[in-house]
Amino acid sequence: MSTNLSDQEQKQAGEKPASALADAASAGGRAGDKIFSGLSLGAGIVIFLTLAAVAIFLTWQASPVIEIPADEVSGGNGFLSYVYPLILGTLMAAIIALLIATPVGILVALYISHYAPAKVAKPVGYVIDLLAAIPSVVYGAWGITVLSPALAPFYNWLANNLGFIPLFQGPASATGRTMMTAGIVLSIMILPIITSMSREIFVQTPKLHEEASLALGATRLEMIRQAVLPFARTGIVSAIMLALGRALGETMAVALVLSTGGLQWSLIRSGNNTIAAEIALNYPEAFGDRLAELIAAGLMLFVITLIVNFIARAIIARYKEFSGAN
Amino acid sequence: MSKRIDVEHLNVYYGDFLAVEDVNINIDSRSVTAFIGPSGCGKSTFLRTLNRMHEVIPGAYAKGKVMLDGEDLYGKGVDPVTVRSMVGMVFQRPNPFPTMSIRDNVLAGVKLNNKKISRSAADELVESSLKGANLWNEVKDRLDKPGSGLSGGQQQRLCIARTMAVKPDVVLMDEPCSALDPISTIAIEDLIHELKEQFTVVIVTHNMQQAQRVADKTAFFNIEGTGKPGKLVEFDETATIFQNPKQKATEDYVSGRFG
Ligand SMILES: Nc1ncnc2c1ncn2[C@@H]1O[C@H](COP(=O)(O)OP(=O)(O)O)[C@@H](O)[C@H]1O
Ligand SMILES: [Mg+2]
Repeated sequence: MSTNLSDQEQKQAGEKPASALADAASAGGRAGDKIFSGLSLGAGIVIFLTLAAVAIFLTWQASPVIEIPADEVSGGNGFLSYVYPLILGTLMAAIIALLIATPVGILVALYISHYAPAKVAKPVGYVIDLLAAIPSVVYGAWGITVLSPALAPFYNWLANNLGFIPLFQGPASATGRTMMTAGIVLSIMILPIITSMSREIFVQTPKLHEEASLALGATRLEMIRQAVLPFARTGIVSAIMLALGRALGETMAVALVLSTGGLQWSLIRSGNNTIAAEIALNYPEAFGDRLAELIAAGLMLFVITLIVNFIARAIIARYKEFSGAN
Repeated sequence: MSKRIDVEHLNVYYGDFLAVEDVNINIDSRSVTAFIGPSGCGKSTFLRTLNRMHEVIPGAYAKGKVMLDGEDLYGKGVDPVTVRSMVGMVFQRPNPFPTMSIRDNVLAGVKLNNKKISRSAADELVESSLKGANLWNEVKDRLDKPGSGLSGGQQQRLCIARTMAVKPDVVLMDEPCSALDPISTIAIEDLIHELKEQFTVVIVTHNMQQAQRVADKTAFFNIEGTGKPGKLVEFDETATIFQNPKQKATEDYVSGRFG
């Protein structure tokens, strides 16, 4: 787009240079336009090249994996059976985190934007934003020392009462350092992303549409469902995707909290691992084939993230006609 | 259904600021009443107190009585949500819900309060409301398309259809044509003539010709200066207000000698 525009403008400038309209001021404006469109094109290219470079680097470093004999890969059954538990573990942690953080984040954002008096809304928003500034190591440490022991009895209870559901099958971990705990820690870490992005969008809902709804006899909740949420839909999807990106890639918190192990459907037993944590835990001592394995796992994470983003785009595109942008 | 409105000693405040002072007015049912007056004299503010929409603005409140067929809208235990379903409002800028189809826009108010409505009843209501708003023929083939794809004038008629679908007793309009072209304006004015067969219509307008074309009675609001409250200066038959007003201020305003 931006290149087309500047091409056109160049042509116009070239065709009638002596025109009275081409005075100094507008020429200056055009130069500004050109510089800006050049800069933004440049920035776009830089981002694209960086992404491509990352992909190429990962693929190249990971390629030896194809040649390693299956029994020499960690686990002894080939790369796929090494990596798929990690992929599932990564998705588990991220899904738990999203399932918790999305509703909580949206509700908190709505409270701040549409319910709380200004005196309360400001500090609450501020505290939520502060959560984003805490380093993940701190979350991990808190997860091990406070959250895990606190949750252990609850996991026991779950195993005893809901143990027939595979996700809560006992015996529960005595330390509480489980996938569930890791997911909860992650959910707290991504909460500020979802909350502050959603809040930002909620407050931008046109007064026009809020009043339209209220004037029809909507309660505040109905107004939120009729005017605010539809307006914010794509923004919420973006917020969730950004949060998901963080949850998928988070290393320290999971590496610290989770007592890792093989694939495990129960969320309250020790076991499971995520790609990011696997890399963080093993990278320092890895060399040769092991290194290639870890990088290949990283490449998988990269691919998962891309797929997730494409799905998000598809969701957003489906609603485009009704987005109000036309 | 259509109801009369009687306002007694109404004062409207924005926080400490008295925006509209001591309004008394009696509006007949099945009539069109126009509010005219200079900018900032409190027409919108007063209009919004007729369906308690001013309460949406933080710090805004009203004192006094607004009675709908004798029932005080500000009485104890009266829910503003109920008031607004009896007194509908059309705004200055057309505001159909952008994420909804034309059909869903018409039904937006009807579906509130968990009301269930059968598919066939909904179809009928959509058709009758859109016909009532003189929009049916233009949109009947694209009811599932977004309302935001219509022209400004069509959007405004869609908003009127949406308001009519709730079957209110009163329809308030705050400068409904000021964002529209002349042709769309005529369409809305024609519609207002038809609306008064069913509803009590109150319209704020900047356009004095418009007041004369649509209104049975006209109320002139004025303000003595910035920071002063707006007041209802004169209320009478439209012809009297424009040809034979009793107040000097009204005469100055309608003859264009104002300000
Ligand atoms: N949301 C608001 N907050 C504070 N003051 C307001 C608000 N809206 C209107 N006012 C004030 O109330 C007075 C009446 O405004 P308004 O009802 O919009 O006038 P009109 O519709 O006749 O142009 C003006 O002095 C205006 O500044
Ligand atoms: Mg106004």
